[in-house]
Order: sequence, then structure tokens, then C-alpha cells
Amino acid sequence: MDVILNIWSSMAFDSLYWGNFVMWGIAFLFIYLAIKKDFEPLLLLPIAFGILLVNLPSEIMTPGEGLLWKFYHYGEEWAVIPPLIFLGLGAMTDFGPVIANPKTLLLGAGAQGGVYLTFFGALAAGFTVYEAATIGIIGGADGPTTIFLAAKLAPHMMGVCAVAAYSYMALVPIIQPPIIRVLTTEKERKIRMKSLRKVSKLEKIFFPIITCIIVCLLVPDAAALIGMFCFGNLLKESGVVDRLSNTAQNELMNIAVIFLGISVGATMPAEVFLSPKVIYIFVLGVVAFAGATAIGILLAKVMNLFLKEKINPIIGAAGVSAVPMAARVAHKIGQEADKKNYLLMHAMGPNVAGVIGTAVAAGMFISVLK
Amino acid sequence: MAAIESPMSGKVLEILVEVGQSIAEDDEVIILEAMKLENPIYAPEGGVVKEIKVKVGQQISEGEVIAELE
Repeated sequence: MDVILNIWSSMAFDSLYWGNFVMWGIAFLFIYLAIKKDFEPLLLLPIAFGILLVNLPSEIMTPGEGLLWKFYHYGEEWAVIPPLIFLGLGAMTDFGPVIANPKTLLLGAGAQGGVYLTFFGALAAGFTVYEAATIGIIGGADGPTTIFLAAKLAPHMMGVCAVAAYSYMALVPIIQPPIIRVLTTEKERKIRMKSLRKVSKLEKIFFPIITCIIVCLLVPDAAALIGMFCFGNLLKESGVVDRLSNTAQNELMNIAVIFLGISVGATMPAEVFLSPKVIYIFVLGVVAFAGATAIGILLAKVMNLFLKEKINPIIGAAGVSAVPMAARVAHKIGQEADKKNYLLMHAMGPNVAGVIGTAVAAGMFISVLK
Repeated sequence: MAAIESPMSGKVLEILVEVGQSIAEDDEVIILEAMKLENPIYAPEGGVVKEIKVKVGQQISEGEVIAELE
């Protein structure tokens, strides 16, 4: 009898409570969504497994000891991994559409209005100023930036906000179209945009360098993200270091994603995740994202009042930083109105500008609040 | 005689017309992959395909001629 008791107590069944089982359920749901529904699987699968691991009895997240704690501490708390992901994103990004049509930079910046709108909303709902900033940045639908900001301002909310940001990224094709349809007329959606001018190699080389200098001077706290982003882009556009550019986009990016995903998942033990605040975060997050979409569209319409060469206001919706999903959505909605309207490349302008915009907005929060 | 120009840059995934074929406006001419999205490119006008200037797998840029019509 003693033997059985000893074996039982060395096992860990009694250290779990109902909350852990709920989290298992959430982990299984995410695994299902990732594998069966192809819902951001590259991120959701590692996150789901991290959730499962942290809700099993172990010391995996014990500060100073646990494996996932080390990933989390050196990767996210030290803010190493999100900038590495930005390095890869930079190496994948083509700034051509922005350079050809710099007006689209404004749209990418304007959409960040949704971030600030939600910041004040979250403050009003009783979140601290640090938490509110982290919730607001979800509106950019940019996972790495959200994680970067959460690590600096509200580490306890990192997991939830990251899952929210990645969810809205995956839900871009569902959330954005109705907002676009309500805010634009059929006639506006039919606007065809003039073809983009050719952008020279020299311009493409200078763009990341100049952007980096300007942003770092204006918002030094965005330097880690924007610096890596611009560096990655320079690797690509220089054309002489394909090996580095490819590594940044592929191997390094994949390594970063593995460490990021599983340790972000591990920030969600039941005690933290199962609180009513989480529901607020998801609701406010969708407000932020919808707000960013709407403000981008409205800004494009305002710009049209002054422009001779009209822009199609749909591309304003691509000012959120979900690249390239938001641009694809803009393209599809444009084609619904007019089959031969090809907005994809035009929408990439605000879209990549949105990435910079969200990182800058995060930098501004850090410099004001820290 | 008219030319079908590519409205954007991308990679030719599929060619859906043949030389000698008569096509109408809005018919799909090729499938162009850009930003991991498969984009059908539609004929701006009708006519008979005289020459196809692109190959499957080829990277084409905006304004490049895809096919000649007559």
C-alpha cells in the first residue's frame, strides 16, 4: 500500500486543477486549427505546444531553471527574438511600391490611429497605462512588435496579446472586407490606379538606409525593430550578399519562430490566462484592428479630396501591418467590383509602410511610458 | 492588332490560351503568381491569339507583353 502511495505522490496528477485542463482544451483547439484549418500553423502550432507544456506539472517555466523560461527570458524578455524576425521580414520586403508612390507612407502611418484609439479605450476600461499600450498595438496586427512592446511594458500580458495579434492577422480576410464595403462606394472600389513607375536599384538601396537614420533619430526606442528591418532589407537589395539575405529570410527566421512560438505559449499558464481580463483584451484587440482598417480607408478618402490622380480607398485598409494578407484582401475586394482592377502592388505600399508604422508606434509608447 | 500587357509583376504559373484561339474580353489569359497569390489576368479586349510571349515559370514585370491579339 505504501509503495502505491509513493508512486502516486511522485506522479503529478494532484498538482493540476480544473484550469489546467481548460488550457489543455485550448491547446488542443489551437493544434486542431493549425493542422486541420491551416490557421497560421507556423506560429499557432508552437504556441499551442507551449501552452500544453506549461499547463503540465513541471518546472519548465521556473525562473532560472526551466528550459522554456530560459527561451523566454533570453529571447523575449531581452527582446532578442522579435528584432531577429524583423531582420527576416526586412529581407523579404520589397519597398518598391512605397518608393514609387510615397503617398502610401501616409496611409501606413494613418492606420496606426486605430492603435491610439484603442489605447484610450483600454485606459477607460481600467487597464493600466502599460497594459493599454500593449493592447492598442494589437491593432497593427503585428505579432513580433506586440511581443516586443509587451516585454518592455507589460510582460504578464505577452502571451495573450501575442495570440490576439496573430489571431487577427489570420482573420484579416474575415474582419476587413465588411468594413471596406461599408466605408467605400462601388464607384470608389472601381478606381483603377496608374501603373507604378520603375524604381531604380539605387533608390532601393538608399531607402532602408535613409529610413533607418530618420526613424532612429526621431524614435530611438524603435531602433531595435526598425534597425534590424532596414538591415535585412539592405541585405536583400544590395544584391551582393544573397547568402546572408537567404539565411535571414529562411533558416534564421525559422529558428527565431520556433523559440518565439513555444515560449510565448509558455507564458499562458491557467492562472494567468483564465481571467476575465483576457476577454477584454480580445474584444479591445478587434476594436483596435477594425479601427486601424477604418481609419486607413477614411484617410485615403480624405487624401482623394486633394489629389488629381485618385487613389483607390480600399488600399487604405492595407495600412495595418499584416503583410501581405491585407494587401491581398484589398486586391480581392477591388476585383469584386472590377475584374480588371489589379490593386495588389498598389496595396503593398501602405502595407509595408504599416509595418514601419506599427514599430514606430511601439517605439513611441516605450519612450513616453518607460 | 492589340497586345495584352501584364498589369503587375509576378511569375507565370499557367497559360490558359493557345495560339489561334479566339478569346473574348474578360477571358482569363494567364495565372500570375505574385505575393503568393494566384492572380488570373483577364483579356482587356477580344481577338484571336497571334503570339504568346511568355513561358510558364517566367518572371515578368509590369507592362511586359503577355500575348499579341489580332
